[in-house]
Amino acid sequence: MTEKPRLNKFKLLIVSLLTFVLLLANTANIFASDPVSDPEADQEEFNPSETIVHHVLDDHIWHFFDGHYGTLYLPVIVYSSEKGFDFFSSKNFYDDHHNMVEYKGYSLEHGLHIVGDGHGEHAEGGFLLDLSITKNVATLLINALILFLVFRAVANGYKKNHGKAPKGIQAVFEPLVIYLRDDVIKPNIGKGYEKYLPYLLTLFFFILFGNIIGLLPGAANMTGNIAVTLVLALFTFIITNVKGNKGYWGHILSPPGVPMALKPLIVLVEVIGIFTKPISLTVRLFVAITAGHIVMLSLISLAFIFGSIAVGAASSLIVLFINLIEILVAGIQAYVFTMFSALYIGMATAEHDEHH
Amino acid sequence: MELLTPGSGLIIWQAIIFLALILLLKKFAWGPIISSLKEREVGIEESLAAAEQAKSEMASLKSDNEKLLKEARLERDVMLKDALTTANKIKEEAREETSKISSKMIEDAKATIENEKKAALADIKTQVSLLSLDIAEKLLRKQLGNEKEQKALVDEFVKDLNLN
Repeated sequence: MTEKPRLNKFKLLIVSLLTFVLLLANTANIFASDPVSDPEADQEEFNPSETIVHHVLDDHIWHFFDGHYGTLYLPVIVYSSEKGFDFFSSKNFYDDHHNMVEYKGYSLEHGLHIVGDGHGEHAEGGFLLDLSITKNVATLLINALILFLVFRAVANGYKKNHGKAPKGIQAVFEPLVIYLRDDVIKPNIGKGYEKYLPYLLTLFFFILFGNIIGLLPGAANMTGNIAVTLVLALFTFIITNVKGNKGYWGHILSPPGVPMALKPLIVLVEVIGIFTKPISLTVRLFVAITAGHIVMLSLISLAFIFGSIAVGAASSLIVLFINLIEILVAGIQAYVFTMFSALYIGMATAEHDEHH
Repeated sequence: MELLTPGSGLIIWQAIIFLALILLLKKFAWGPIISSLKEREVGIEESLAAAEQAKSEMASLKSDNEKLLKEARLERDVMLKDALTTANKIKEEAREETSKISSKMIEDAKATIENEKKAALADIKTQVSLLSLDIAEKLLRKQLGNEKEQKALVDEFVKDLNLN
């Protein structure tokens, strides 16, 4: 009987140590030098803002560490109005010395965008769609896979432990699911909340897992990408406006209790309000996550700006602390996004008995 | 600025992946999880209600029992009281009867004793009178056995008569 708690303590210690090492590794990894730059890059003046922005942005390659095998070249999928679909590895954009080269008429500009018209010339008005599996798309897929595996395991737990107390991973996520259902979704939406549970639960865990994955060493700043947060907000926006009932639209198009003279102005404000909601959702998550990454990167940049090991050690400690805060933020932002989504849906679908 | 411009490819991928994820999780995770949770909650609620009902039934049973017990106790008390009064009555009656009988017996005995006494006295009287007569006769015979004595007696009588 005494063995078990000791084992648990031991486990806890191992987990904490691993977390510590991972967090440190993260900070170390961030400034592993760019594979894009040539060997002389080290002699170049360190440009913190460029490095930081590069790290929080999407990329066509996935750089884990320096060296021959440290970089994963992700597939490029591109559609242009002239050449149609094309599919190749992003390795083709780099020569043996990591210099940028053109390939099949496409080129990576700033290591990010595919430009060109497919003939090596810039054609005005040529339509081009970059559907590459970028670092963020790959992270999206990994995130989705993890979510699917985790929650299928949770669901299987209910089959296996039918009529029994929850166990293992099921016991980990059950309180969260119940909390979200009873304290976030149910009170905000009210009657008929069950319909929105799958969406809102997916939303919460997608953001939570994405935020935490984003904190891992070498991972992409996926939930801190405005395209990702925009799509999440658009889902809420579409659901809110499609499911919006008569009361919701009535409040927007003919606000009760407003004098006739003021009505056009209020209606304008209300209509703008429809769009400010998803924008606030988009920007809030994007800013919260990206800002955290930028703060951490900036603190580490101090070590390179001062060129001092002491500053590096100090900023590493601070970054470690901020990393822990970011884990907290990961949860808070997931909660806030879900809560506001539930609130907006609830406002649009509420039975309007009360008159303002 | 690149940071603020959403990439069109990423938007498309995110939309597809997220939608697929919602549908997949709905089918394989949220559906079973939520229905199991609901099932369990309903089960818990039902068992709680059943327990509550059992409790109230138990309570009513207990109060019934208590009522029965109380009634039985009351009945016992009444029976005891009745028995006691009956016993007392019987005892009283018996005592009365006994005293009646004994007093009668005493009276009878007294009467008998009286009668016996009377009879005995009468008998004694007769005996005494007979004895006296015998004595008188014998005396008379002895005293009046000669002329002189007879004469003395007559004289005496006569003297007595004269005195009167």
